[in-house]
Amino acid sequence: MSALDFVVLIGSMLAIAIYGIWRTRGRRELNIYLKGDGKTAWFAIGLSVMATQASAITFLSTPGQGYLGGLGFVQIYFGLPIALVIIAAVFLPIFRRLNVYTAYEFLGSRFDSKTRLLGASLFLIQRGLGAGLTIYAPSIVLATVFGWSLDLTIISSGLVAIIYTVMGGSGAVTVTQKYQMAVIFGGMVTAFCLLLAKLPAGLTFTDTLTLAGGFQKLDAVNFSANVHERYTFWSGLLGGTFLMLAYFGTDQSQVQRYLSGASLREGRLGLMFNAVCKIPMQFFILLLGVLIFVFYQFEQPPLFFNANLSQYLAEHRSDPQLHAYEIDFNQIHRQTNRQLENWLKARHGGDPSAAIAAFAEALDSHRKGEEIRAQAASTLSAVSSTSKANDADYVFITFILQQLPHGVIGLLVAAFFAAALSSKASELNALGSCTTVDFYRQIIRRDATDTHCVIVSKWFTAFWGLVAIGFALYAHLVENLIQAVNILGSIFYGVMLGLFVVAFFIRRVGGTAVFWSALLSQALIFFLYFNLTISYLWYPLIGCAACVLLSILLQTFLKRGAQLTWARYETSDYLFRPATLRIFPEAVFVF
Amino acid sequence: MKRATAAEVVTRGDDDTGLPWVRSWNGVYLIVIISFILWVTLLVALTDFFS
Repeated sequence: MSALDFVVLIGSMLAIAIYGIWRTRGRRELNIYLKGDGKTAWFAIGLSVMATQASAITFLSTPGQGYLGGLGFVQIYFGLPIALVIIAAVFLPIFRRLNVYTAYEFLGSRFDSKTRLLGASLFLIQRGLGAGLTIYAPSIVLATVFGWSLDLTIISSGLVAIIYTVMGGSGAVTVTQKYQMAVIFGGMVTAFCLLLAKLPAGLTFTDTLTLAGGFQKLDAVNFSANVHERYTFWSGLLGGTFLMLAYFGTDQSQVQRYLSGASLREGRLGLMFNAVCKIPMQFFILLLGVLIFVFYQFEQPPLFFNANLSQYLAEHRSDPQLHAYEIDFNQIHRQTNRQLENWLKARHGGDPSAAIAAFAEALDSHRKGEEIRAQAASTLSAVSSTSKANDADYVFITFILQQLPHGVIGLLVAAFFAAALSSKASELNALGSCTTVDFYRQIIRRDATDTHCVIVSKWFTAFWGLVAIGFALYAHLVENLIQAVNILGSIFYGVMLGLFVVAFFIRRVGGTAVFWSALLSQALIFFLYFNLTISYLWYPLIGCAACVLLSILLQTFLKRGAQLTWARYETSDYLFRPATLRIFPEAVFVF
Repeated sequence: MKRATAAEVVTRGDDDTGLPWVRSWNGVYLIVIISFILWVTLLVALTDFFS
């Protein structure tokens, strides 16, 4: 990175952070610290919801996913629009009507304290671990850019995120996220345009797509009914709906975002903004990865994008086996390059049979190159403990540092940090809020004042930041960051969603039945996850269904019916009013 | 702990979408679902055309 890059990076990050702290200075009321000032407009909510989900992992790891696996990953978002419509129509009005700080407060008022604590605990475990993964992503950038130790960058970027969140609270998160998203989108669009400009002369956009399609990188939709295939239309639509319903509807880091709206209308529009924009956004980020793949068919790629692996390789060039891998890989890449140029000439020269033959040869050479890469990775894994890090997460940052001009590098590194800071701040703020409201004020000090709760919330925020840093130190063991985050969510979200589905729709089930059902369902999910090989996208559906069915079953064996204790919210019959739940009137009346 | 009352929370112009071209929330949801179907159709076309 040059001086210009540092000016762009430090300037943009400092401006956003100082603005957030200045706008939210001196807030001492718990209501405002946790939910903001309640005046947030729909566009800011929409960007805040988007920024919370779109962490640095999204912008770092998703292009790598596109590079390796193509566009198929976009199917995970097929359930998102449906889920957000359900949340806007059902969940959001209920949360606003009850005027809760956390989603789990609702479980306490609908069921009992133990169910509230169970829901909050599931969130804290899942989000606490997930926060570790989101700290890990910007650390990869720092380690690659500056050549620092990964552990050092994890600790330092984690501490920056903690200080930022503790100083600003929810208000700072919301007011700064729109500027962070502007930096992120600016960076990604710039990278996309520059990448198109860097493709070889003579390669049209149609040629680019044809080439990518020939390597199966444009297989965006797969209608296979095989449950073992990770990303299919069905797993995305059915499993993805439950995953997104649980994430946006029951995860406090998201609930807190749209509860900060000035009105129900602002919250709903913010969610609908995401429902419309999320699939195209993820598509373009994945397409960026696909274009990088095409770019590296004409430009020599490194044997490994992972900085640790590349460094190890550079330090051990005397090892004949490793050196041979590198030579063979470069040679086979040059061969692929020649064959693709022949394909392009034949294609433009109107010789389809020669084009087909040249492309088939290029495919074969590419496959051989990937085999060499896999063998080299396997050899390195056996000899070096640092070589377990996944290569896909390093593809985009390597491309940025090696191929883009100065100034743009600084902008894109700033985009990663903006994404990291915005999602991390939301997560830590939600973890601190949940621990304060659902545990501290429920169990330890019921009479705590607002000022006291704000201070305690800040301490809990810092505590969870440290837990996340601890977990991040082991995050290099995961397969791929963007997948790891979703896998982690899939294991816990189904049961969390089940608790809320029972609360909303099944009136006769009480706290004891749903509590034990949730515990049994979570145990079932753990068992299935470690014993089956089905796509992880099915687990939210299975967890939710198990929790709902077991609750109904268990309730029939319990003498007592549901104990509705909502009088203090003056909403005793609100949930079961057909006007509130007009989308699912059958469910309300059946149960 | 200062909480706004339930009435204060839900009565700030919630039924109106505030959008000039769609007045009801069901209309907004319909537009979202249509845009989703459109995107999936385009992705299917992309998959079929270039595979």
